[in-house]
Amino acid sequence: MVTPKRTEVLVIGAGGAGMYAAIAAARAGRDVLLLDKSLIGRGGATIMAQMTVSAAIGHAEPDDPDLHYADTLRAGRGLCNPALARALCADGPARILEMDAWGAGWARQADGRLAQVHAPGHSRRRCVYVDPLNTGPAVARTLQARVAQEARVRRVSNLVVTDLVVRDGCCLGAVAVDLNTGEPRHFHAAATVLAAGGLTRLFRRNSASANMTGDAYALALRAGAALVDMEFVQFFPIAHLAPRLVGMDPIMWDPFRYKLGGRLLNGEMAEFLDRYGSSDAGQYVATRDVVSHAILAEVAAGRGSPHGGAYLDFRHVPDASLRAAFGPVIDRLLKNGIDLTQTPVEVSPMAHYHMGGIRCDTQMATGLPGLYAAGEAVGGAHGANRLSGNAITEAFVFGERAGRAAAAWVQQAGLTAWDGALAAELAAVPQRPLAVGRAAAAHKGAGAGGSPAQLIATLQALMADQVGPVRTGAGLEQALEQIRAWQRHLSEIGAADVHPFNTDLLDWLDLRNLLATAEAVTAAALARQESRGAHFRTDFPESREQATANVVLRRCGAALDLRWTPLEEVRV
Amino acid sequence: MSEEPRRATVRVRRGGPGEPPRYDEWSVPYEEGMSVLDALLQVRQLHDPTLAVRYSCLNANACKECSALIDGKAGYLCTARPGDQPVTCEPLPRKPWLRDLVVDLNSSGKGG
Repeated sequence: MVTPKRTEVLVIGAGGAGMYAAIAAARAGRDVLLLDKSLIGRGGATIMAQMTVSAAIGHAEPDDPDLHYADTLRAGRGLCNPALARALCADGPARILEMDAWGAGWARQADGRLAQVHAPGHSRRRCVYVDPLNTGPAVARTLQARVAQEARVRRVSNLVVTDLVVRDGCCLGAVAVDLNTGEPRHFHAAATVLAAGGLTRLFRRNSASANMTGDAYALALRAGAALVDMEFVQFFPIAHLAPRLVGMDPIMWDPFRYKLGGRLLNGEMAEFLDRYGSSDAGQYVATRDVVSHAILAEVAAGRGSPHGGAYLDFRHVPDASLRAAFGPVIDRLLKNGIDLTQTPVEVSPMAHYHMGGIRCDTQMATGLPGLYAAGEAVGGAHGANRLSGNAITEAFVFGERAGRAAAAWVQQAGLTAWDGALAAELAAVPQRPLAVGRAAAAHKGAGAGGSPAQLIATLQALMADQVGPVRTGAGLEQALEQIRAWQRHLSEIGAADVHPFNTDLLDWLDLRNLLATAEAVTAAALARQESRGAHFRTDFPESREQATANVVLRRCGAALDLRWTPLEEVRV
Repeated sequence: MSEEPRRATVRVRRGGPGEPPRYDEWSVPYEEGMSVLDALLQVRQLHDPTLAVRYSCLNANACKECSALIDGKAGYLCTARPGDQPVTCEPLPRKPWLRDLVVDLNSSGKGG
């Protein structure tokens, strides 16, 4: 029997939200164990968030959290959980200023107050930044340093949590595999915070880290918690497509557009956003959902760029202006063979962020006693479309709230008795693919259906083609059937029994979570027979008033239970 | 006579501490502008899923997890590019070696 490691607060995922939760729980006087399947502070999505963070601090111009809230609701196309959106906007300024005190290094105006820029969908200049191409890494470093100063926070990297341990509806902790040794690990906690991020790796083209495999959603579903708004995946419209670019974030063109405008053109070198109810004209005002649909509609109409996207053209911007704005980056682009003064680049939508997630109240409680969620793992605050700049704010605000609430729960409820037998049963899950892998090796054959890595690639292609920015009922039905077939087939997929750092087993565990998440996204997308925000159905191209409600999913045995739920009003 | 399509070849140190030195070599389809990490991920998908390589961000050089010795020099797999000759990839020296290209990069943190 594995002896469980005891802690007061267990935080799963060490991106921005998880690190903030750990800090908040520790300063409330609780012992914290902070786990990540990658390296603390380096995996997760935060480090890839290169641009801006929105909060109504009113340094650049007069602003108010109520205005930020109104903009967030408008972008969410009527589906935001108002209480969560209000919490996000209300706490944003305090978190930004706290990060400033911790040395985040926000860019400043001449008067010493923080610099703020405008981002699409915001009614004020509201977005702070460190360096428009480096904000995420700077933020991650600040939190890493702050976490390291907390004597009550113990950090462990390369731990892959495979299941939450839930008995009588109460979360007792989690079981994990230690990638560095291959050993099972059990964690007994009074409160658990799920901060394991989003699901962007479900799609062929994605802009977040490789470990965004829907872990938080899959863990929550298996534990019995509810997911909301799972159909709303945000695609970043102008992600780099061609020529091939390495060593740079594919969403790097956003800051270029903030500073230099640039023209978005179709394959015929003509502007096109005006055909889709928006405009470009070298400005950067159209929201992400509109631009994603517009680019793909042009491609479908035979007016795409050669690689199946649109052109982003900076040829009219003088070289001196390019260099003044992005000097070192211009050199890195030249090394990649890209000369912006000579040729336009090609861009197209890429999976970027997930609006949906675990249903929570404003204390980030999931409804399962002892289980909290934070960051991108949380669903509802952004409704059908997230405003630019609201993701890192969400990581800070929901992270801090979750950590504080988890600490209060420890005080109130204390440690519930551990269930070693249940933990052992759950911890046996990763042993199964290894047994299949050993049997296959003994027969000198590959396991049925190829390696987990191959199946992930096949799943990514299916999701991009059928459950991407443009969807149809028939395509969604076909995808759902295929995803469920793969889920049934998963037990026949083996993983090689090689340790330490068994990447084949990691792929299998990722695939298990990706499939559970894919099923949730696809089922919700099939149920929503309308188009709204990031969810676009060619068979139902208009929004429907009666669909102004949230799709809530729970696991019911092996099946998913799907319910339409009226917009929630959770008291702050 | 049609020309053979170009391929990228990687030569990778395999195994872990205490094992006799061993290298595996694979070639994968070359794609204009590809990184060495792209080639290694192709190897994992097409040839050997057990190849251990650490990465988190995707070719963005943000997470810095994919550091390794590339043709004998420390660098990042995601920004190095394969050329006409095989690229030799080895784990970083002076870090606890786990397996293949993976070392313990986190030895500074409490509990690592």
